[in-house]
Amino acid sequence: MEFLVASAIGVMTAGGLYLVLRLRTFPVIIGISLLTYAVNVFLFASGRLTVGAPPILTDATTYTDPLPQALVLTAIVISFGMTAVVVMIALGAFLGGDSDRVNDPNADDEAAEDIA
Amino acid sequence: MSHWIILPVLLPAFVAPFIVLAARYHIGIQRVFSMAGVLSLIAVAIGLALTASDGTVLLYQLGDWAAPYGIVLVGDRLSTMMVLLTSVLALFVLLYAIGSGWDDRGRHFHALFQFQLMGIMGAFLTGDLFNLFVFFEVLLIASYGLMIHAGGTVRLRAGVQYVLFNLLGSTLFLFALGAIYAETGTLNMADLAQRVDLISAEASVGIRVASVLLLMVFAIKAALVPLHFWLPSSYAEAPAPVAALFAIMTKVGAYAIIRVYTLVFAPDLEVTAGLHSVWLLPAALISLGVGSVGILAAKSLDRLVAFAVIGSMGMVMISISLFTPLSISAALYYIIHSTLAGAALFLICDLARAGRTSLALTAQAPISGAPLTAALFFVAAIAMAGLPPLSGFIGKLLILDAGFDTTAMVWIWAIILGASLISVVGFGRAGSTLFWKARSVSPPENAAATPSPTALSYVSVAGLIGLLVAHTVLAGPASRYTDAIAAQLFAPTDYMETVLDTPGKLSDATGEGY
Repeated sequence: MEFLVASAIGVMTAGGLYLVLRLRTFPVIIGISLLTYAVNVFLFASGRLTVGAPPILTDATTYTDPLPQALVLTAIVISFGMTAVVVMIALGAFLGGDSDRVNDPNADDEAAEDIA
Repeated sequence: MSHWIILPVLLPAFVAPFIVLAARYHIGIQRVFSMAGVLSLIAVAIGLALTASDGTVLLYQLGDWAAPYGIVLVGDRLSTMMVLLTSVLALFVLLYAIGSGWDDRGRHFHALFQFQLMGIMGAFLTGDLFNLFVFFEVLLIASYGLMIHAGGTVRLRAGVQYVLFNLLGSTLFLFALGAIYAETGTLNMADLAQRVDLISAEASVGIRVASVLLLMVFAIKAALVPLHFWLPSSYAEAPAPVAALFAIMTKVGAYAIIRVYTLVFAPDLEVTAGLHSVWLLPAALISLGVGSVGILAAKSLDRLVAFAVIGSMGMVMISISLFTPLSISAALYYIIHSTLAGAALFLICDLARAGRTSLALTAQAPISGAPLTAALFFVAAIAMAGLPPLSGFIGKLLILDAGFDTTAMVWIWAIILGASLISVVGFGRAGSTLFWKARSVSPPENAAATPSPTALSYVSVAGLIGLLVAHTVLAGPASRYTDAIAAQLFAPTDYMETVLDTPGKLSDATGEGY
């Protein structure tokens, strides 16, 4: 299971980073979403991986650390809200400027794009 | 346990929804409540700063749960000073926003402004790393709204960059927090400080990765080269009062570095040895260089000021990266100075924009109210470039003095002095082009006379410059106080004992077990 979780985090991070390095808003936002999924799983794993144990203290001897679950919940809510905000702002910028480039507007780039 | 310390967070948190819900369509009522909120914030901040000034560490346990399981707010000299600085800055920024009518050019300026203050205050007061993350997000999400206030395509595009960069920063922050929690099992800063100390050198891989990730996150906030790329366009395109308020946001990054790397990863900690001297110092020196070259190369006044902010953060970080009591004290003195000077310059940019379409540094027709604006620019530029007689000069002297005994002395002195020269030339070029050459261009015949900026706008800029003068005249007491702050930071046992040994509810029943 450790291998599965670790490779899932790794693959999502790698894919997310690749997409973030594209210069258009849509892939970048998808990439950031992937990164937040990766970090959520990572946070979840930071309390050690335990299967089938409740996150509260009971009479049973095994329990799983409840704090990472609270952290993940907070992180999910925040990243969800932030993604919604960035989608709205990016949409506004695209509709206003007719361009979904992330980098600074530069006269040379725009000219090159027109030729291409 | 005094409840005052949570008020800087709660007060804006109540004023903001009130403004949204009750005063949505009444800009006058919004202004009154926003102003009243900021004024009471200043009163609370003064009270807190006075209480903490004798070295008391104020502690507030939320829900009366004891640390490290409960969440705590901690106010020591450093936190309360930053809270006071933020609230005073907020007053003048708010005055300008009202005076110039910026707050009426889009919706919800005052509500977002209050939420922004709530996030900044919380970030300064929290004693828990995860709460630091949450308050970062609060201040960021408010800043996204403020950044695109009044709209416009250019501003929205700059806003997209700003939001995306900060989302990446937040993700990195979460990775760092996960790594820290996995290694130590706690996120309370005082508790972390004790546990990190126990980690042996052989098993320190995880905590070293975490400490570097955390430093990168704070360096993004502090706009340290090479993580500064978000700053120039977002600060230049943001509405002027918002950019002026953002002058404190880079300092939140600097504050977090000072707090975490004196308390948790103390300078003499073997595990993180070399992080400051090998990585942070060169990055800070390059930041200062890039900032000053940017001042000289900028094609418009707002970009110029944005690069001046990067340069000043470089200066602050040089001083922080030396991590001696002397250098931290100098950095704190310079933080106060550069916050006020940066905010004043952003507001002056807006004054100089009156009646113009752009702030491009080419000869343009004269603007209304130019003499007074030019005079204010002259004073603020002197302060920012660090020329005598204003506080920038004193701050720079303190930093040079702190860097005198170190091995990197040659680099520090050469780059600080060289960068000062370049930025003086840059500011001189910008000011003379914008204000003096204007006389050689005659305004177009049919141009309607634009009204000059209102008196309230000038009052707020003059107020910031007045504070700079006060910071210069009272440099003695101010630097003695920053010395006291640094002394407290380098003797963290008091902080740790207050946070960890204060009992909360159920403390007796459970004892040390869980």
